[in-house]
Amino acid sequence: MGRILLVIRLALRDFRRRRTEAALLLIAILAATTTLTLGLVLRDAASDPYESTRAATSGPDVVASVGRSTDLAALEKLASAAGVTEHSGPYPVIGGKLEVSGRTSDVQVEGRDATVAVVDQPEVTQGSWVSDGGAVLEAAFANSLGASVGDPVTLGGRSFEVVGLAVTAAMPPYPGASCIVAGGCVNGAIPEDQNLPQALLHNPGLVWLTQADVRSLAAAQAPISYVLNLKLADPEGAQAFVDATAGGHSGAIRMQTWQSILAAATELARDSQILLLIGAWLLGLLAVASLSVLVGGRMADQTRRVGLLKAVGGTPGLVAAVLLAEYLLVALVAAAAGLVIGALAAPLLTESSAGLVGSAGTASLTVSTVGVVTAVALGVAVVATAVPAVRGARTSTVSALADAARPPRRTGWLIALSTRLPVPLLLALRVAARRPRRVVLGMASIAVTVSGIYVLMVLNTFLGNQPGTGAYSDAQVTVLRHVLGVWTVILLLLAAVNAIVITWATVLDNRHASALARALGATPREVSVALATAQVLPALVGAVLGVFPGGFLLFAAINGITGGDSDKTTLPVPWQLITLMLVTVLAVAGLTAVPAHLGGRRPVTDVL
Amino acid sequence: MSEATDTPVLRARALRKEYGKGEGLVRAVDGVDLDVSAGETVAIMGPSGCGKSTLLHLLGGLDRPSGGEVLLNGRRVDNLSEKALSRMRRADISYVFQSFHLMEELTAVENVELSALMAGHSPRAARRRAEELLDQLGLAGRSRFLPSALSGGQRQRVAVARALSNQPLVVLADEPTGNLDSAATLDVLQLFNELHEYGQTLVIVTHDARIAATADRMFSMRDGTFVDETRLTGGTTGKLGALVGLGD
Repeated sequence: MGRILLVIRLALRDFRRRRTEAALLLIAILAATTTLTLGLVLRDAASDPYESTRAATSGPDVVASVGRSTDLAALEKLASAAGVTEHSGPYPVIGGKLEVSGRTSDVQVEGRDATVAVVDQPEVTQGSWVSDGGAVLEAAFANSLGASVGDPVTLGGRSFEVVGLAVTAAMPPYPGASCIVAGGCVNGAIPEDQNLPQALLHNPGLVWLTQADVRSLAAAQAPISYVLNLKLADPEGAQAFVDATAGGHSGAIRMQTWQSILAAATELARDSQILLLIGAWLLGLLAVASLSVLVGGRMADQTRRVGLLKAVGGTPGLVAAVLLAEYLLVALVAAAAGLVIGALAAPLLTESSAGLVGSAGTASLTVSTVGVVTAVALGVAVVATAVPAVRGARTSTVSALADAARPPRRTGWLIALSTRLPVPLLLALRVAARRPRRVVLGMASIAVTVSGIYVLMVLNTFLGNQPGTGAYSDAQVTVLRHVLGVWTVILLLLAAVNAIVITWATVLDNRHASALARALGATPREVSVALATAQVLPALVGAVLGVFPGGFLLFAAINGITGGDSDKTTLPVPWQLITLMLVTVLAVAGLTAVPAHLGGRRPVTDVL
Repeated sequence: MSEATDTPVLRARALRKEYGKGEGLVRAVDGVDLDVSAGETVAIMGPSGCGKSTLLHLLGGLDRPSGGEVLLNGRRVDNLSEKALSRMRRADISYVFQSFHLMEELTAVENVELSALMAGHSPRAARRRAEELLDQLGLAGRSRFLPSALSGGQRQRVAVARALSNQPLVVLADEPTGNLDSAATLDVLQLFNELHEYGQTLVIVTHDARIAATADRMFSMRDGTFVDETRLTGGTTGKLGALVGLGD
C-alpha cells in the first residue's frame, strides 16, 4: 500500500512540476481518442438506422410492383409463391405533382389502408397515419420541401392536408426513391434542352394517401401501378427468390430486394462515413506527429529522472511504475474524455442523415469502440513508459543522472548557409538544423493539414454545385457540409495544437542555446523571431507540399476509394492555393509567437 | 607586458542584487564599488555562494541590479534596454564561462566566429578572425573539431577565442578553470597571462588562489560585499607555472 501511495505521489509531483507539458500531452492524446471514437461510432451508425427502421416498420424482404392493371393478377399470385410468409398490398400507386408553399415536386402517391399493415407499416415520426383527405409525406421528402404537419398541399388539383410524416424501409429515402410508377422516373440533373416524356417523374418524393383518395385521383391522372410487399421465410435469400420467380411473369413484375434498398438508403451515410474516415486518418497522422514530439521529448527528459529514482534506492520496477502511473493517468483521462466528446459529437453528424435514411436512430458507443479507444490510449502510455524505463534500467545510475538531453544533430550545409543571413535567420536555421526529425514532423503536420484543407475546398465547391446537378438534394448537401465542417474544425484544432506543441518542445530544447546566443549579444527579439522562424520555415515548405503533391494525391485517393469522377469537380485556382499557403504560414507564425516570445525572454542567468 | 591606465573602463557604484523579500530576503550583492582600469586584470575571490558570479552577471548586463550603477567607458549601462544590453555584449563585453558553453553541434572555428557573425561581420571576415585567434591560441590544427573531440583546456581556449572575437573592452571570466585539471589550468593561466600582456582588460571570478595570483588586483568577497582588496606587486611574470606552483 505504501509503495502504491509513493508511486502516485511521485507521479502527481511530476505533473505539478510540468503542468504545461502534461496539459499538451493530454490534449494530444485527447484529440487522437476523440477522432478515433468519432470514426468508429460513425462506422457503426452508417448502417444501423436502416436496420432499426426495417425492424420498426416490418420492412419487406422484397418489394414487387407492376405498371399495368392487366399484370395485377400475376402480382397477386406472387403473394402465395413458395417462400413467402406474409404480404401487404397490392396497393395502388400513381404519379403526380405535389404543390406545397409555392413549391412543386413530382411524387409517387401510394394508396394505403388506415389500418396497420403486417408488412411495411411506415413509422409515423410526426402527426398521424393516413386518413381520407389527409396526406402523409416521407420524412426526408418533407424535410427537403420544408413541409410540416398541418400544411395544405395540392395533388392533382385537389387539396389535402399533411397529417403526418413517416419513414419506411420499403424504399430508399428522398431523393433516392425507387420507381414504382408505370411512367418511369429519372433522378439527377436534366439538361434544359432535353424534353422528357410527360409521364416521367423527375426526382419524385413519396406520399401516402388512403386507397380511396388515390383511386379518385387516378381518374384524372396517369394509369394505376401496384406495389406488393413480401416477407420471406429466408430474408437473406431475397435475391434467390427474385431469380426463382422471374420466369413466372416474363418480366412484367419489377422486384427489389431489401439488400438493394439498404445499399441505396445508406449511400449518403456511406459518403459521410468515407469523408469522416479519411478525416480520421489525417487527424490520426497529426495526432501521431504531436505525440511523437511530446512523448519523445519527455522520454529524453525522463532518463535523468530514472537515474534520480535509482540513486535514491528505486528499483527498476518502481521506476517503471512511476512512469507508467504518470502516463496511465493522462491516457485514461484522455480516453474517457475522447469517448464522451466523440459520442456526443457523432449524433450531430448522424441525426440529420439518420432522418434521411429513414430512422430516428442515433449513433452510440459500443463495447468494442470503448475497448479500441482505451487500448490505443493505453498503448501510448505503455510505449512512452517502456522506452525510458528500459533505457534507464540498462544504463548505470551515474550515466542516467548525467544524461543530458539528446545531443543536437550537426547539419553542416545549413550551418554554412546560415552564416550569410541576418541574425534571426542565422539562429533560426541553426535551431532547425539541431533537430531535423522534429522539423520533418512539423513539416509533415502542416502538409497533412493543408492537404486536408485542399480536399475540403474541392468538396465544398463540389457540394456548392450539387443542388443544380441533382446528385444530392439540399438536405443532403447540408448533411455533407456538416460533416466537412466538423472535419475542418477538428483538423484545424489539432494542427494548432501541433504547432504549439512543436514550438514549445523547440523552446525547451533550445533554452541553453538561446541563453548562450543572448550572452553572445543576440537580442531577446532576435531569439524569439529565430524560434518562431524555425517553425515558420518548415511550415512554408509543408504548406507547399500540402498543396502539391499532398492535396492532389489525397484527392486522387478519395476518388479512388469512392469511385468518384474527378472531372465533375472544380479544383482550386492558383490564387486560392497561394492564399491557402500564406494563411497557413501566418497562422503558424501567430500560434508560435507566444511560446517563442516566452522562450526568447527567459532570463539568461537562470539557464547558463 | 602592457601597463594598465588609470581610466576606469568598467565601474560599479553601490551595486546591489537582492532576491526574495521580508524574512526570505537574500542580498547576493550588497553595495559593491569597483573600478577596473583599461588593460587591468582584476580577480574576485571568495567561497561558493558569496555572490561572485552574480556580480559578474550584473557587470556584463546579463542580470539587472536591484540598486546602484554600472558604467562602461563612463556610460551608465545598468538602465539600458535589453536590446541595448545585447548590443553591448556583442561589441564591448564578453564572457568566458566555467562550463565553456560551446555549441555542441558547431566546430571550434564555427563557435568562435559566431560572435562576429552576430555582430554583423561578413562570413569571410568572421572566419578569418576566428582562424587567426585559434592559431594564436595554439588550436590551428583543431579548428574543424567538434567540442566533444577537444580536451577541457582546449575547449576553454575555444571559449576564450570566442570571447575575443569582437575585440571587447572587457572580458569577464567566471571560474574559467573550475572544470579543468591541473595541466589544463596551467594552460588557461598562460593564456590569461598573454591576454594581460596584450592589454586586454579582464575581470576573473575564481575561488582558486593560483588564478587570483596572476591579477593586478584581487578582491576578496564574502556575503555579497568586498571585504578586502590586495594590489599584487609585479602582476604576472611570464613564468606562471613556477609562480603558482604548477610547474617544475
